[in-house]
Amino acid sequence: MTSPPRRQSTPVGRRVVLGMLGLGAAGVVFGSTVSRAIQDALSALGSSGNSVAGLIPGGGYFQLYTVTGGYPETPKDYHLTVDGLVKKPLSLSLADLEALPSESLVRPFQCVTGWRVDAVHWTGVPLGHLLDIAGVTAGAVALRFFSFDGVYTESLTLDQARLPDVIIAYKMLGGPVSREHGGPVRLYVPEMYGYKSIKWLQRISVVNSVIPGYWEHEGYDVNAWIGRSNGYSGPGIS
Amino acid sequence: MVTAAPVSPELRDGRERLVRFDGVERVAHWLTALSFLTLIFTGAALYIPALVGLIGRRVLITRIHVDVGLALPLPLLVSLAGSWGRGLRADLRRLNRWTHFDRQWLRSVRRHEPTLSVPTGKFNAGQKLNAAFVLGTMLVMLMTGSVMHWFNLFSNSWRTGATFVHDLFAYFLVAVVIGHIFMALTHPEALRSIFTGKVSRKWAQRHASLWVEELEVPPPTPGGRVAKARARAAGPGGPAGPG
Repeated sequence: MTSPPRRQSTPVGRRVVLGMLGLGAAGVVFGSTVSRAIQDALSALGSSGNSVAGLIPGGGYFQLYTVTGGYPETPKDYHLTVDGLVKKPLSLSLADLEALPSESLVRPFQCVTGWRVDAVHWTGVPLGHLLDIAGVTAGAVALRFFSFDGVYTESLTLDQARLPDVIIAYKMLGGPVSREHGGPVRLYVPEMYGYKSIKWLQRISVVNSVIPGYWEHEGYDVNAWIGRSNGYSGPGIS
Repeated sequence: MVTAAPVSPELRDGRERLVRFDGVERVAHWLTALSFLTLIFTGAALYIPALVGLIGRRVLITRIHVDVGLALPLPLLVSLAGSWGRGLRADLRRLNRWTHFDRQWLRSVRRHEPTLSVPTGKFNAGQKLNAAFVLGTMLVMLMTGSVMHWFNLFSNSWRTGATFVHDLFAYFLVAVVIGHIFMALTHPEALRSIFTGKVSRKWAQRHASLWVEELEVPPPTPGGRVAKARARAAGPGGPAGPG
């Protein structure tokens, strides 16, 4: 072929690459707004919460984390124990917990790395109520939480633990807390990043100092207030 | 896996081989491919609930994902950096520049017409799009992955945005990688050339006629480059490694 225009070429490849970079940068800045719109559309379709919706980018569903080799199996004859600096150590079955006064909340779940889930339904026993039953003794300063995955731990100060919206949750997303989400019983701390809301909760120990938990050994802040910890603090929370 | 000097009937009449990819290009391709596959599998193990339940170990998998991700551009950068990168640099130029034939090629694809009748250089428009997309994705994933990893430096809103973009482009990337592997498996001689570096003249004339022309009558350039390119085109085999 002998047409002269063959010599005329344009750098389309470079334009595609730069265009994608621009789109990506715009997505970082405006992505949370786009993500909200996707979630509204999904909930209008009535599909939020099912497993397919969970795989849609920006769909606003949970990312499931586990730091051991999978989702741990619930021990036979599961009991939640409360021990340490208490007058009366507790050992509560799921039925015992469900019989106690409960608190229901509709609050978001915010991961420190960025993903978040709006308007999650939670039900559980206020942690402060459990502490009242057990009777905290002199010298108690903080709580240490243990997961039955055998590895994960977390901590709260006594003051943080007594916030009225901190609950020992046994219901979430409209049903019992599932195995993936840390069932049968997990902690939920609405005002803190997700890593505080320990899954597969088995034991709470009242102790005389704050002992940093699993992710805190990886560099996360011990006081995990959303928007007021772990670096940049500013708008973007609600 | 695939050895040199195959005796497929396609090659029996035209034994002459042209160098399509030199050694540096092939090593860069396979290191990049291996990194991408590692990133896709570790990414899936962090993202898909069933795989999370099967594999778990979030800290370890995250560490592999982040380290491999940060190293992802290195094979390309090192290959481009020195005199050994002449072949790759020339191919990047070829992938970047589009002519009216490339638009014609895309039109043919859209109309389900045969594309082989469109004069094509060393790379067709589909291959050019693939290259641009993969490079763009690499940069977008590095950018958003960095926001996710060094989240301390960014607002919650940007962290959310970066996660969204990272997830979205991961889907695009997986689709394009599957397409890339499909095209390779359905074009055995092209596939062979990413192992051996070479294609037959017959294949090149059929799939990249303008490239063959380019090798035979190089555009007038100063000095010995013309002679070198001519020698490379003429010699059976030609230099496969960095010159």
